[in-house]
Amino acid sequence: MMLTAPALGYLLLSPMIIVFAAAVIGVLVEAFMGKTHRAAVQLTISIGALLLALVQLWRIRDISSTTAAVNSVTIDKAGVFIQATVVILALIAVLLIADQDNFTAQASALPGSSEEAVALSQKNQQTEIFPLFMFAVGGMMLFPVATDLITLFVALEVFSLPLYLLAGLSRRRRLLSQEAALKYFLLGAYASAFFLFGAAFLYGYAGTISLAGISSAAGSANEVFLLIGIIFVSIGLLFKISAVPFHSWTPDVYQGAPTPVTAFMAACTKVAAFGAILRIFYIGFAEVQTMWRPIITVIAILTMVFGSVVAIAQRDVKRMLAYSSIAHAGFLLSGVVALSKDGLAASLFYLMAYGLTTLAAFGIISLVRDSTGEVTDLNRWVGLGKKSPLVGSIFAFLLLSFAGIPLTSGFIGKFAIFSAAYESGRIEIVVTGVLASAIAAFFYIRVIIMIFFTDPVNDSVSVVIPTVKSKLSIAVATIASIILGLAPSLLLSSATNFATFIK
Amino acid sequence: MSLVTLIGLLPLIGAALMYFIPNKNTDFVKKFALLVTTLVAVASLFLATGFDKSLTSMQFTQSNAWISAFNINFAVGVDGISLVLILLSTILVPIVVLATWNESDGGRWSVKTFYVLILILETMMIGVFAATDLFLFYVFFEAMLIPVYFLIGGYGSVNRSAAAIKFLLYSLFGGLLMLASIIGVYVISGNQIGSTFDLTQLSTLEIDNQTENFLFLGFFIAFAIKAPLWPFHTWLPDAAKSATPGTSVLLLGVLDKVGTYGMIRFCIELFPDASKTFTPLIITLAVISIIYGAFMAIGQKDVKGLIAFTSISHFGFITMGIFAMTTQGMSGANLYMVNHGFSTAALFLIAGWMMARRSSSTISDFGGLQRVTPIMAWSFFIAGLSGLALPGLASFVSEFLVLVGTYTRYPVAAIIGTLGIILAALYILIPIQKTLHGPITPGNEKMADLNLREKIAIAPVIAIIVVMGFYPKPALDLINPTSEKVVTDAGFLDPIAQVKK
Repeated sequence: MMLTAPALGYLLLSPMIIVFAAAVIGVLVEAFMGKTHRAAVQLTISIGALLLALVQLWRIRDISSTTAAVNSVTIDKAGVFIQATVVILALIAVLLIADQDNFTAQASALPGSSEEAVALSQKNQQTEIFPLFMFAVGGMMLFPVATDLITLFVALEVFSLPLYLLAGLSRRRRLLSQEAALKYFLLGAYASAFFLFGAAFLYGYAGTISLAGISSAAGSANEVFLLIGIIFVSIGLLFKISAVPFHSWTPDVYQGAPTPVTAFMAACTKVAAFGAILRIFYIGFAEVQTMWRPIITVIAILTMVFGSVVAIAQRDVKRMLAYSSIAHAGFLLSGVVALSKDGLAASLFYLMAYGLTTLAAFGIISLVRDSTGEVTDLNRWVGLGKKSPLVGSIFAFLLLSFAGIPLTSGFIGKFAIFSAAYESGRIEIVVTGVLASAIAAFFYIRVIIMIFFTDPVNDSVSVVIPTVKSKLSIAVATIASIILGLAPSLLLSSATNFATFIK
Repeated sequence: MSLVTLIGLLPLIGAALMYFIPNKNTDFVKKFALLVTTLVAVASLFLATGFDKSLTSMQFTQSNAWISAFNINFAVGVDGISLVLILLSTILVPIVVLATWNESDGGRWSVKTFYVLILILETMMIGVFAATDLFLFYVFFEAMLIPVYFLIGGYGSVNRSAAAIKFLLYSLFGGLLMLASIIGVYVISGNQIGSTFDLTQLSTLEIDNQTENFLFLGFFIAFAIKAPLWPFHTWLPDAAKSATPGTSVLLLGVLDKVGTYGMIRFCIELFPDASKTFTPLIITLAVISIIYGAFMAIGQKDVKGLIAFTSISHFGFITMGIFAMTTQGMSGANLYMVNHGFSTAALFLIAGWMMARRSSSTISDFGGLQRVTPIMAWSFFIAGLSGLALPGLASFVSEFLVLVGTYTRYPVAAIIGTLGIILAALYILIPIQKTLHGPITPGNEKMADLNLREKIAIAPVIAIIVVMGFYPKPALDLINPTSEKVVTDAGFLDPIAQVKK
């Protein structure tokens, strides 16, 4: 028997290959290198690989192909844009993650055990976080360009598994962190099972696992199986973007995970998962949109309202941002429901804008500490604006951007995505969306009040002097966010140019 | 670059330059702010002299692409209505700066921050009136909330943060409803004439009735919250009580005018049919505001609360004049916006000085001021009389025009509205009697009269009130042609008043 080697478009795949290769090299470095320079080397490898991947993405920006990896991966304009978004956000996130101070020295040591103390005192800091991070980034790049159900599943697992581990690596409050990791893993496993179950139905219905094949098989057989397939695949995907009612893991994981990891997770997972959702619904299920559009519309509305309302009751800044990310997932789903080129372009812009704001916000949270570590209790954030006006002002600006006040990137994103939804006749989403934004404004502004309008109390927190890496990361994300608010044209027009999926 | 843009940019440049002034040098900060705002006022007077009154189209226009993906332009220009409101804003700001020289000293943040916020706010006030692009208008409309929020929350008196958040949430809620409508208009324009935010093009849209009604409501509720109309008014008294007098002047005198201005520029010009549908309801709300505001004002024990409720009553008059859809009513409403701005400024500034001297804002704490501080008392008296629309003072002309204009179409509303004038006499004269006349209340014996700075600040306001009362022609010349155009463009003809013989 002759086996033909699959023809791979190495140029088109090179961004992902570079990132995965860097992850593998990272594992080797972790195994064979002494501890003195290991962290620096790992960081250099990660940043270098990400930069190189970005360069490669730039080089392939005009090429489109459905056969980059035997019909399993489609490189098209929107795919390249989403990959670039992931890489850019990851570049900013890796600088936050490089602050080793946030992570446990030895993940294998039990919390509170003597091994842990020894590892810490001997500065035996392990750096497996970098390869894990790079694997996750690689998976996130594969997820939005995967065009058959198996590749989608593999990509989903490739970026999820490292995230489960990363969530458990916090140095302080390790039990909480590990609990979050376990919860995330168990619920994630369920979601993956749902996804596979749905994939099986879709395969049964269409006789093929490729999205294009499912799309062309639409209407050929009993549609109940198609509907079941779509629903179960959607559950797996909606879990990743934390849409209601599949959101319950989000606050716990956001709170428990080390803040830099939360930042990475909140920004990049959302981009990758939405990239995949957009592709699946726009390519695979567009023919049968009457089936799923009402369902996703309802979920979008529920997600916006629930996220905004429950966020009001939060007293912990990370939990609050978790619920805010749920609300934003709802806003982003209106881009999916819009099912138009404008909807896709708006989603692309929104994802980048939201990702930058999120990274900067969590970056700031990691700076606010007391003697025992990070403080996320909002009641102790009072008077922060008096103690460090700059950090307070930046955080206030980011909150206003989340709230979608004009002259911020959040507003442009919201405007773009809502007008796309309105254009497709989804007026109910627009109305709910603006009302949910009004509710959401309340809790963002309440935090601004705590920061600026309340006097500091004795046990309030202070802001640590950030390392150069964090400083750079927060500064870049904030400045980019400001620019996107004042002069969004550049990104908006490229988002419009890149808003095409090919079958 | 158009002169309008230049005037709008000046305060922003001033705010940026302030960065270089050291924090401690508060006196220089204040002088610099006064200088910049006076320059802006002078520049806007040049704008007025260069304005061609015979034209009703936009003048001093400028349009540059801003966000090309949505065809959003940085488009500004002025017509008669926006010009007088820009003048109102730019003249009031230096007066406020001079009048409230020491107001920023006891704030949560530095004096410099206070004036930076004031200057940023001035840019936005000019921008909101000058924008001829719907999106640009919205941006200014919402973004200007932020400096006001910090001005109230950072420098106000009791309950300042609660009042600030109430103000912000009310306004944001209205603004977001308006955003939904703006998206609707934008999408409809995309289907009909190609996506645009240009106001003149948008007014040519053919929208079906039901959609138009909903879009109209989105805009109207936002503006009714801003220009507080009953029942959307509850934020205003709190904000006015907690803000510093200077902030209150800008809030009541200028920012709330954005609401009434928006009703004219957007509600009527973009949705004439829906305006027609909702006019009876809106006139009813306006009449309720007039009477409700007046009664609440009579019951106030607090000077600031008194002025806030009188404003609610006056905004009722303005709204009634706008939606009467007669040229007289429209001109009257426009003139009323200007006059109310100056009268309220006078009342609030003088009340602010009284409160600062006595450290109290309760009306009964004052008494016999006429004998202790004659100049302050006389100024307050004139400002008060203008507030109750005494003939010969500014508000009278506009109130008269509004009532006449309304009577020709809605006689009942006009008659009930006239009751508001009688109530006005009560709510102004009783506090004036209590504070200015009678025996000197203990604690007031050594109260100082207005100093030179305060006299210089209040003199132009009083002068404008008196001059505009006797000779409103310059302002009416600017306002009348545009007002007529608004009414006729919306498809209305002036009815002839029917009086049974």
